Amino acid sequence: MVPILKQGDTLIASIVAALSDDDLMKFRDDLAQRIGTVRARGVVIDVTALDVLDSFATRTLRGIAYTARLRGAETVIVGIQPEVAFTLVQLGLTLEGVSTALDLEEGLALLARKKQERR
Amino acid sequence: MSEKRIAIEREVDIIAARQAGRQLAGQLGFSTTDQTLIATAISEVARNILIYAQRGEIVVTSIADGARKGIEVIAADHGPGIENLELALRDGYSTKNSLGLGLPGARRLMDDFDLASELGRGTRVTMKKWKR
Repeated sequence: MVPILKQGDTLIASIVAALSDDDLMKFRDDLAQRIGTVRARGVVIDVTALDVLDSFATRTLRGIAYTARLRGAETVIVGIQPEVAFTLVQLGLTLEGVSTALDLEEGLALLARKKQERR
Repeated sequence: MSEKRIAIEREVDIIAARQAGRQLAGQLGFSTTDQTLIATAISEVARNILIYAQRGEIVVTSIADGARKGIEVIAADHGPGIENLELALRDGYSTKNSLGLGLPGARRLMDDFDLASELGRGTRVTMKKWKR
């Protein structure tokens, strides 16, 4: 449902359509597996196509990022639309402890900087 | 006046309901930001229906108050009802181990919010947003 691509030691997942809760949870499980099989150090999740992030989806994304971190990979969520960002603030939702970046390019740059810092 | 009813029985219905809300809000001339707020509020109350009542209905209607135009969203179910309305509207309170942001969150996103519930009979959320 969510294609996960590999680029170097980074996994890139683009959420291309509104996902059901089951799809989101399947994506979480797939990603946790893939991190192990390709020994990924970084994950970029692109949510550009999502026009709504409600409290459930936000909590699930946060859970995915925490799961990835426990598997040894840093997650960056990219492409949160301006209206969606504003709505999250209104809802009082935070993505505490999860990195975000404007788009895929910035997300990959952020992961590269983090990798440098770890050296 | 236009009205759209969406039965809520499965998760995909949540997506259909919020798309219907966004579409009507767009037709009424709401900004894309307001469309997103409305769609998200619908998502929260629709999910509550699934979690607590298993099934119910979302009705989105265009409304007017004099020259003011707006949208009304009703989320109704015949579920178990809510025992303590005050608690249900409190941030972080949940009897189903969810985030507890559904009702208080939806209330913050809309202009008017009314919660009516009767134990054993069901719950009805009526919320409105007015065009600025």
